[in-house]
Amino acid sequence: MSILHTVNKSPFEKSSLDSCLKLAKAGSGVLLIEDGVYGALKGTAREAQIKEAAQNLKLYVLGPDLNARGMTGERVIDGIEIVDYAGFVDLAADHDKVNAWL
Amino acid sequence: MSEEEMMDDEVVKKFMFVNRRAPYGSIYALESLEVVLIAAAFDQDVSLVFSDDGVFQLKKGQETEGVGMKNFSPTYRALEMYDVEKLYVSKASMDERGLTKDDLIVDVEVLGDEALADLMDDQDVIFSF
Repeated sequence: MSILHTVNKSPFEKSSLDSCLKLAKAGSGVLLIEDGVYGALKGTAREAQIKEAAQNLKLYVLGPDLNARGMTGERVIDGIEIVDYAGFVDLAADHDKVNAWL
Repeated sequence: MSEEEMMDDEVVKKFMFVNRRAPYGSIYALESLEVVLIAAAFDQDVSLVFSDDGVFQLKKGQETEGVGMKNFSPTYRALEMYDVEKLYVSKASMDERGLTKDDLIVDVEVLGDEALADLMDDQDVIFSF
């Protein structure tokens, strides 16, 4: 039974991503949306934590939310897949349930 | 001094706006800009500080078509026309987020925590967003 976790808060401001990563089981998906996309960036104080999480979890980031914030794929940590809205729908459909960390 | 003269007297205070939130995820960044422009319209001495996630407000290349929101980042470039020229960014906040001055849409002064604290001490009014 796999879960798609969505995180919409900045990891620099809220602990949502920390809590999510603690409880997300190996093989589940984590999709970073809205201010959550800041967690997907290279060169931040969070990069090491994200890279470690990526060893057991599949990480995704929503492209339109990245672009709104002036970020492009070049700034995203290697291995994190960028998805569009249709991809978001597919992810929700492909997992058994969605857990939205607010 | 009559009451009328008092009212005509221009009172200029030092206003600091401390921006600590990322754009688009909440209304704070946009509302701060609104109030900054009002303070500037009243010819106050305005300073803007960008710290914590507020530094993301100044990131170049914001393209909001995909999320159906207004891109308000060009307003930061227009602040100069309103004589708002004192823009300060926290070095620690930029470092933590992997940003450099080259990432920013406007020219700013990058300050360490101690300098920011001194600047804050020097104000008459502080608004935090």
